[in-house]
Amino acid sequence: MAEMVSMKSMRTPRDCFAKLAIYCAALLVCAAFAWILSDIARGGMAHLSLDFVIGSPRDAGRAGGIGSILVSTALVLAIALMAALPLGWTTAALLAEYVSAGSRFGGAVRYSLQVLAAVPSIVFGLFGNAFFSIYLGLGFSILSGGLTLACMLLPILVSTAESGLRAIPDAHRLSAAALGMSRTSTLFRLLLPIAAPSLAAGLLLGIGRAIAETAALLFTSGYVDRTPGSLLDSGRTLAVHIFDLSMNVPGGDAAAYASALVLIAALLLINMVAMRLATDWQRRKIMAENSNGYSNIDAPRA
Amino acid sequence: MHREPEPTPTEPAKAADDPPLKADNGYTLGPVQAGPACCDPQPLIQVENFSLRYGLKTALANVTLDIYRGCITALIGPSGCGKTSFLSSINRLTDLIPGCGITGRICIDGGDIHDPARDVQALRRQIGMVFQKPTPFPLSIYRNIELPLHEHGVKRRADTVAIIEQVLRDVGLWEEVHDRLHSSALSLSGGQQQRLCIARALALNPRILLMDEPCSALDPIASGIVEDLISRLRGRYTIVIVTHNLAQARRIANYAAFFWVRGHAGSLVEFGHCRQIFESPAHELTAAYVNGARG
Repeated sequence: MAEMVSMKSMRTPRDCFAKLAIYCAALLVCAAFAWILSDIARGGMAHLSLDFVIGSPRDAGRAGGIGSILVSTALVLAIALMAALPLGWTTAALLAEYVSAGSRFGGAVRYSLQVLAAVPSIVFGLFGNAFFSIYLGLGFSILSGGLTLACMLLPILVSTAESGLRAIPDAHRLSAAALGMSRTSTLFRLLLPIAAPSLAAGLLLGIGRAIAETAALLFTSGYVDRTPGSLLDSGRTLAVHIFDLSMNVPGGDAAAYASALVLIAALLLINMVAMRLATDWQRRKIMAENSNGYSNIDAPRA
Repeated sequence: MHREPEPTPTEPAKAADDPPLKADNGYTLGPVQAGPACCDPQPLIQVENFSLRYGLKTALANVTLDIYRGCITALIGPSGCGKTSFLSSINRLTDLIPGCGITGRICIDGGDIHDPARDVQALRRQIGMVFQKPTPFPLSIYRNIELPLHEHGVKRRADTVAIIEQVLRDVGLWEEVHDRLHSSALSLSGGQQQRLCIARALALNPRILLMDEPCSALDPIASGIVEDLISRLRGRYTIVIVTHNLAQARRIANYAAFFWVRGHAGSLVEFGHCRQIFESPAHELTAAYVNGARG
């Protein structure tokens, strides 16, 4: 009795308006990104060159390059990840696989992580300064900066990995148990490979946060702009460099823009590499020709 | 398609009921005669006064029955009467449910499975389980079977490959997937996935297979294929199958156990030869259920 009605004619003005609003919102987001990117590119392109990327800063950063700064950034990041990844992912495995969802202990761990996530980075800086620099005697160093960052990364790494593991249907755990697989090998051989995209997403969020961090590092890794000789030397990271150039160095704007451009390029590069590594690793563990069919496991979005 | 009700397995007609399997279609199991245990039933699993509760709620009360070696035992009854709980008690999968407690005994070959000295992983290796919804891991077809094999010490690649081929042939999946073993198991159809799950369970060379409504999530054709497969496994494995499909129980089972909810807890009402349960039930509840009047 009902005529075939095409979807198009069924659209009410309300539907059209909603669609328009949704598209506009998405466009606005893209526009904001494009605006920031183009502004930085415009300001920094002129100053950017190979010499800038590998050279050492001169005249408080107005001239020269950012080679030593990139080294410090990479070292701080490496320390932070080396400390935070094992700790964060093990905690996530504990929360998702070893304690029940309603357990008090799990609740306490989760609550502390939430608080940790809400702490402003300047407070992490003060804590890092008091604990790593002074109490543990590490001084202003790459090491204390990296360890302070590790504390900041923990909540991100734990929550993304935990939600990734929790998104895996229980049926897989039951099947694995019914096949006589131990909990440990179920975790390492089955669940972690399935959750790899979530782990990678968390890792990327963490790296992004670490690279962008300024306040916490001012008090811990300091802002000496020489190439660090050891992990106990002070070192200036890229974000600190940009902050210093734009706030404290008159005439440093061009270098600040160029440094920001390098920072963003580095982030994009790390994003691509990490995603590629994660899919490769997953594919190797899974040995699947196509990655279709994983749609039931959504990686948390950044 | 209507099939005759299950002839008692003592009748030689049973062999003709199973599709004859020729060597050239790749099955290694060959035709299986109706389980010898049915002429001379030997209990493999003995359940004595078994009760199971989740927290304070009793799910299953005082079940006592013997499950015979090499036979197919169907657990029938309405939803919520504890069939699945009973099934997953046999491989102690209920251990994974918080707050789950048991009393009574389940013995396999005379050994209590709840003995504290019992190695649960070894126990579960002897007891394969197939779930209602096909549950292949989101890994490749090959890896789905390799993973449990590796866990149980089959590490040589040649052995792994041989076992995988054998079990895939046993479930009739080899011809369909041998050229795409390394593609995702999720790319298979529902029926193929369920057969893969059966193959995965068979790979560990279990003695017992527990099946929780293995056909109910499948379309009729896939369901028929899986059902034929289960019939072929008779005699080689001791199979306990939960099914809501009474016709299926009649077709494939040697024995049937009828569960019902009594006073908020599931309990065993009647256990006996499949033919007896369906044709001359001793209990009026069983009669009402198998005739479709209740449940």
